[in-house]
Amino acid sequence: MEMGFRWDFALEILPQMLLATLNTIIAAGVGYGIALVVGLFFLLGQRTPYKIINVINREVVEFIRSTPLLIQLFFVYFVLPQFGITLSAWLCGMITIGLHFGTYLSEVYRGALEGVPKTQWEACRALNFSTVYTYRKIVLPQAFPIAIPGMGNYLVGIFKDTPLLSTIGVAELFHAATAVGGYNYRYLEPYTMVGIIFLILSVPAAMWVRRLEMKVNIAQGKVKKEQL
Amino acid sequence: MSYFAFLAEHGSTLLLGTVTTIKVLVCSIILYVIISMIFGLMRLSKNPFIQGSATVYIEFFRGTSLLVQLFWAYYVLPFFGISLEAFTAGVVALGLNFGAYGAEIVRGGILAVPKGQWEAAHALNFSPAKRIKRIIIPQIFPIILPPAANLTVELLKATALVALVTVVDLTFEAKQINSITWLSAQCFGTALLIYYFMARFALVPFLRWLEVLAAKKVGKGKA
Repeated sequence: MEMGFRWDFALEILPQMLLATLNTIIAAGVGYGIALVVGLFFLLGQRTPYKIINVINREVVEFIRSTPLLIQLFFVYFVLPQFGITLSAWLCGMITIGLHFGTYLSEVYRGALEGVPKTQWEACRALNFSTVYTYRKIVLPQAFPIAIPGMGNYLVGIFKDTPLLSTIGVAELFHAATAVGGYNYRYLEPYTMVGIIFLILSVPAAMWVRRLEMKVNIAQGKVKKEQL
Repeated sequence: MSYFAFLAEHGSTLLLGTVTTIKVLVCSIILYVIISMIFGLMRLSKNPFIQGSATVYIEFFRGTSLLVQLFWAYYVLPFFGISLEAFTAGVVALGLNFGAYGAEIVRGGILAVPKGQWEAAHALNFSPAKRIKRIIIPQIFPIILPPAANLTVELLKATALVALVTVVDLTFEAKQINSITWLSAQCFGTALLIYYFMARFALVPFLRWLEVLAAKKVGKGKA
């Protein structure tokens, strides 16, 4: 077996890898979309006045957050068919990622809502605004900027967790690399390329999120501009 | 097959896997804590070369996926003549990956100690070693432990990935039993429960205890 990095082989498999990258991006995007919505439901469960729903919601979130995504994937993929629900690997992956990261996003939403000063609520009450109006016009516009950095972080987080989907056979980037590597019995180039593609995509994304975070902090007066 | 019959037959295998998972966890915690401290300090160095190399390390390991790093350590390093055992490769990849996240926490913790503390220690003519040991470090712990605790729980979850490079841990055993018996609900369900109990009733209480201890040391906790 030839040692060292073979550029010709790397070049040969590049189109295949780039195509699979597209799948990874789609998977991350769809998973994120589901997670954003699921997060809202967990947030609702947290904020309803019914104690019993609060408790169940908290335990479910706690359970999902403290168990590995990998086994959750296996669980959804292998167990649902036993109950007569057969979903494709893609669908299973998207649902699991959505549920898993939805619990994290609900925490982001909660933190953002709590970041809005209580006096804002009191002022709205004093002005006799309805709850819906208070949320729509006063609270959410203030909470959203606080939530942005956390939301961005989890987008990057989901993107980096998509390789797990390859374990149930979703044809994303890592899956393609393993297939190519197994076919040619050379893992050096495919896996290295996966690493580089991830770096190229996620480092700028992470930097962008950090800049957003800084902007939010400045806008909120947590950090003064001169301190930077 | 009832659930109890399943446990009676496969419980011991899953338990053996759990022991391996705990071993992986403990080893990678030790590694990641050491790496976090070294690179956290390097990030604060005034020497641009030291600071730059720490930044590159951190960005690299935070920018790529843990699974990719793990497979790289196990399947690609042999191409360079370095063959690691699956267990070692797993621990090294976990330690390096989480060390990068931990380094940022350490850096933040050191920066969060008020400047006045450094100045006061200086004014009292403490030696640099004493300044760090008696004044700064005790104040860092209450700051970094809560985020470090979160990271450690994430680490416990991430140990499941080592199963994919053939480390015979809890996840590996669960997969194995699944492929023999096809009792997916039982074996993956049990594995999920074991991870949950480890996180919720062992790791988290232990880390909380450490947090309280650290807070008490600087007089912040309830006596």
